[in-house]
Amino acid sequence: MAREVIEVPITGKVVSLTCKIGDMVQEGEVVCVIESMKMENPIVATVSGRLCEIGATVGQVVVAGKLLVAIEY
Amino acid sequence: MDIPDITAVELIGFLNLIWQSAVMLVISGFLLWLGIARKVEPVLLVPIGIGSMLANLPLGGVATEGGFLAILREAGIYTELFPLLIFIGVGAMIDFEAFLQRPYTILLGAAAQFGIFGTFFLAYLLGDGWLGLLDFSLKDAASIGVIGSADGPTTIYVSSVFQTKYIAGIVVAAYSYMSLVPVIQPPIIKALCSREERALTMPIVTGAISQRTKILFPIATILVVGLITPKAAPLIGALMFGNLMRESGVVKSLSATAQNELANIVTILLGITVGGMMSGTEFLRPETILIFFLGIVAFSLDTVGGVLLGKVMMVLSGRKINPMIGACGISAFPMSARVVQKLGLEANPRNHLLMHAAGVNTAGQIASVVAGSAMLVLVPLFS
Repeated sequence: MAREVIEVPITGKVVSLTCKIGDMVQEGEVVCVIESMKMENPIVATVSGRLCEIGATVGQVVVAGKLLVAIEY
Repeated sequence: MDIPDITAVELIGFLNLIWQSAVMLVISGFLLWLGIARKVEPVLLVPIGIGSMLANLPLGGVATEGGFLAILREAGIYTELFPLLIFIGVGAMIDFEAFLQRPYTILLGAAAQFGIFGTFFLAYLLGDGWLGLLDFSLKDAASIGVIGSADGPTTIYVSSVFQTKYIAGIVVAAYSYMSLVPVIQPPIIKALCSREERALTMPIVTGAISQRTKILFPIATILVVGLITPKAAPLIGALMFGNLMRESGVVKSLSATAQNELANIVTILLGITVGGMMSGTEFLRPETILIFFLGIVAFSLDTVGGVLLGKVMMVLSGRKINPMIGACGISAFPMSARVVQKLGLEANPRNHLLMHAAGVNTAGQIASVVAGSAMLVLVPLFS
């Protein structure tokens, strides 16, 4: 199975995680919202598959480049 | 017994209503509707709408000599104090990290100020410079051009220093177009950039900037910009003072106050005072309509300038730079960065340009102050 890693695109605070480990996600589905510079940025799944790893928790400040979620497909 | 004549013309407002006041009262209502019902920049349109309404009540005396809006005007606009105080708040809100990681973006910020100068020439040619169609002096044209800085405080500051009679129209146009950035920029960006170019991803820059750098940056900027362009000292000084309060980490309460209470208090006063400058006889002139038209020209030329340099940098960098981020050199923060982020995701769902766009946006903030100050230096030399 291939693994798609979605990295944090912008340093900010995770305001919501709409999925948990094991969920099936669709390409284009919002998996997380990161707030940065007073903007809310929806992070979407880039492929359809099973969410196998989450690298952050709600309320955590994350740095650009770190792993946010990983999807198995 | 003498019964006082209660229909005395000096007491009854609407008997003294001239058509200009009536039109402005309607426009005030429209601004309030825009702000409240349509939620377009309410923090500005609500105070401006009420200020304008008050200024156009005949015999109300609110905005004429001695009235409280006139006093605020003398205290805050003509002294250039209000825009500088707001800039302290703005500086405290900006995180220059994205810019410091990509210092080349200052060039894109510079290119996106092109609209200031293009519009200045156009306004001047329409006025005293050549065609004489409109009453635009060199200083009026320069103030109109500075709408292209996409920066409220800089626009107000330059207009105040030049004492242009069009300051109310210029300020309303400037703030209106800043909120229209999501409408003005996308068509221009899409026209200039192919889908393939819009889809270009940019590598994420890692390596945080040290806190020491973030503390030295505002201090160094004040010194460098202030020593090269002294006229920029008040604007860049206020902006960087705010930023230093944020980054120094030792005055957290002051930084929070600057970002919140100070910014909000001055916004209230500034908004209502600007509204108070919109009296019918001053505002309803053909020049005002032209100023609104020139404002769109300014923002459009800014976008074109930034994107074109973005394309040059795309080629020079081996397609590692997405040309769209050039559009963020306009200092309309964060609207512009958001527009580019959205267009990037539309072209390619993996394409998060936000960090890069924000870096250019903050570079544009500095560039717009420098460009506005350049106007302050250059124009008096020619007039």
